[in-house]
Amino acid sequence: MTIVPVIKRDYITKLAEQGKRIDGRTFDNYRTIDIETKVVNKAEGSARVKIGNTQVLCGIKMDIGEPFPDTPTTGVMSTAAEFVPLASPDFESGPPRENAIELARVVDRGVRESQVIQLEKLCIAPSEKVWLVFIDIHILDYDGNLFDAASLAALAALLTTKVPVSRFLKTLNEKERASWQEQLADIYRIPGVNEVPFGSDETSTNQKKVEDFPLPMIEPPISCTAVKINDFVLFDPCFDEEVIADVRLTVATDHKGDLRAMQKGLSGSFTREEIQKVIKGALDNGQEIRKKLNHSIGK
Amino acid sequence: MKSDIKLITDEGKRLDGRGPHDLRKIKIEAGVLHRADGSCYLEWGGNKVLAAVYGPREAVPRHTQNPLKAIVQARYNMAAFSVEDRKRPGPDRRSVEISKVISEALEKVILTEYFPRASIDVNIEVLDAEAGTRCAGLSAAAVALVDAGIPMRDIPVACAAGKIEGQVVLDLGKEEDNFGDADLPIAISPRTDEVLLLQMDGHFTVNEFNQAFDLALKGCHTVSEIQKKAILEKYQSVVAEVQE
Repeated sequence: MTIVPVIKRDYITKLAEQGKRIDGRTFDNYRTIDIETKVVNKAEGSARVKIGNTQVLCGIKMDIGEPFPDTPTTGVMSTAAEFVPLASPDFESGPPRENAIELARVVDRGVRESQVIQLEKLCIAPSEKVWLVFIDIHILDYDGNLFDAASLAALAALLTTKVPVSRFLKTLNEKERASWQEQLADIYRIPGVNEVPFGSDETSTNQKKVEDFPLPMIEPPISCTAVKINDFVLFDPCFDEEVIADVRLTVATDHKGDLRAMQKGLSGSFTREEIQKVIKGALDNGQEIRKKLNHSIGK
Repeated sequence: MKSDIKLITDEGKRLDGRGPHDLRKIKIEAGVLHRADGSCYLEWGGNKVLAAVYGPREAVPRHTQNPLKAIVQARYNMAAFSVEDRKRPGPDRRSVEISKVISEALEKVILTEYFPRASIDVNIEVLDAEAGTRCAGLSAAAVALVDAGIPMRDIPVACAAGKIEGQVVLDLGKEEDNFGDADLPIAISPRTDEVLLLQMDGHFTVNEFNQAFDLALKGCHTVSEIQKKAILEKYQSVVAEVQE
């Protein structure tokens, strides 16, 4: 270990003993969160999230492909994170390392396990064709707390995603198009999706126009992360705090105030009381962040 | 590749309403990232590009070091979601080639002999793509290098010209790139008009090439002014901050 982290640790813990943090926040406070959606035109959905100086961009691409044999009627989602060297002097190019894989998997789990995307509504023809959803996360500027920034960016991007039906139809020839249009139109008849207009009445059936529709989603849980340094629990760690942290805990809470996911990281440990403290803070901050998220997508 | 799309209307306008010698809209901002030593965000028509510079710092692995001067390593990378059909993440043959030609172009203007054994890393991320990303990337990288305080002989700049429906035009757009006849991206050192990068594909007559080259050169100088304005704005904002 070099000397700089030792000095920084000293400085940060000294401040913490006085109830302070290096950027002047209280222990429970988040840095300023800024969510901007629809930032990439070529993507089906996209969002840029800033938490303080940390900046993350998430883009959603969709395609049509085969479902997994064991789930023939559900769509497929996959998540990838890129720690591009642009974001930090410590990031290197090449295939994703441990950290990028962990981040992608935590974000993926948050979306998949709480069934935020209604994948069962993304089936076109059982066992043959379903929609594939690709969530790609690009770290642009790394100043700590990537878990929260990345999962928030993924949610904001998903919530603004339009399933690119018209783009897909453009790639087919006349005959294929007619048959696919029929099949694609079926997914509009599923409750919850069929409010989207596609053609007016029976007489115009042959020219039934299938349009892009919003990705079917449910209210998502929000992730909040805290770290522990000595005995102090700090929410939304910045880079300097994260580097010296003993242990990290991410808690995802839903709009009813229930817990939907947790992930502990690093080699330290938490007491039961500390975990309660993190959960309480995650609920409070989660509510605020949810408001910001809803606001950013125009709700 | 031929298509039925008419790239130039009877009134002489292009698909996006530009005349033959018009550039797309360009917006440049310097110093947008916190961790990087220097950075730049650039929008060029539908292209959105971020560039970040790290260094000069010790070149690793050691065997890449040059005892007499710094090495310049540009890395051009496209985001998976930046194009119509998702691009598989990571370097492919195309981006390796583009990284190489950009590195070489930048190396020419950087005073590398000031930093033996060091490396100057330039990362270019294409976030949204719409024809002409290498020119956009190089022009953004140049501003990021200035923002990082890297000593340079000049601020390099790039722009492309091409041929559509037999006519030489400046700065090809998306359909023009796909269905046009030729494309000529160049990068220059604007003080001396030395050419730092030149690629061409398609079909030009010598006369057309000369026309296209001159047009691209003119385009480069226009972009160069926008670069300088962005750098000046960054400096002025720093001055204002210090005075506060």
